Amino acid sequence: MPHQHHEKNHTTCETCGDCQDCGCCTGGHAPVEKMLIIVSKAGIDSVYAALILANGARSEGMEVDLFFTFFGLDVINEKRMDHLKVAIAGNPGMHMPEPVNVLPGMERFATNMMAKEMKRLGVPPVREFLQMIKDSGGYIYGCKLAMEMFHLTKADLWDGVEGVLTVGEFYGHATERSQIVFI
Amino acid sequence: MQATIAGRTVEVNEEGYLTDPGNWTKGLAEELAIGLGIEKLTDKHWAVIDYLRSEHAKGEEMSIRKVGNSGVVDLKTFYALFPGGPLKNASKIAGLSKPTSCI
Repeated sequence: MPHQHHEKNHTTCETCGDCQDCGCCTGGHAPVEKMLIIVSKAGIDSVYAALILANGARSEGMEVDLFFTFFGLDVINEKRMDHLKVAIAGNPGMHMPEPVNVLPGMERFATNMMAKEMKRLGVPPVREFLQMIKDSGGYIYGCKLAMEMFHLTKADLWDGVEGVLTVGEFYGHATERSQIVFI
Repeated sequence: MQATIAGRTVEVNEEGYLTDPGNWTKGLAEELAIGLGIEKLTDKHWAVIDYLRSEHAKGEEMSIRKVGNSGVVDLKTFYALFPGGPLKNASKIAGLSKPTSCI
């Protein structure tokens, strides 16, 4: 962040903009200072990747913004966020022949198995995980266009959502040392 | 490798974590904290440090989630007490090894 120099001839750190001579810049800058993670899917395999990336970023001292769009809106939809499923149809990662994937009950079975494994490893449910990310200082946003497409309003969303952004506003959250990830 | 912290020479790894938690003292903690930008350890800091050390003694692997649910500190406060990577930094100050959890 730009810093008021105490003396005119003090040097500015090129990375963070703070004064080096007053010790305001403490050095040791990480290569990435902020993650912007776009989530476009509702399958828990995609969603958990995003949540672990976001929480992991905060644990490493990086800023994080999560931006939920399209089917990702399910993750911050108050009525759907506790009922996300594994995407199994057409998913070669299930290691099953496709005719088995489409059998009735398979999606529920695969989701329950995954939930059991995550519980065993101490991975929190989606709602608790989002709260952890928010409490750690991460920010959670919905996509304005996707919400209009799905006829959603802020009232339909989890109350921890910081706001609803357009794509331009979202890009405005990027910094010189941030990374944008699309899931 | 060796480092001199708070007037004592201790074994640390290349990231500055104590290799033996048994070498830890409160004086060491204070000095390590200053190195991480925490000028003074308050009672709240010590409560977290004591919690981390007691969980380590029980052989428990720590995670951010566990700390937040511990009843010792909530996540907002934890991030305020130990800025940057709170579990990494608190573990270093507590003389423990770098945490390896992904949660």
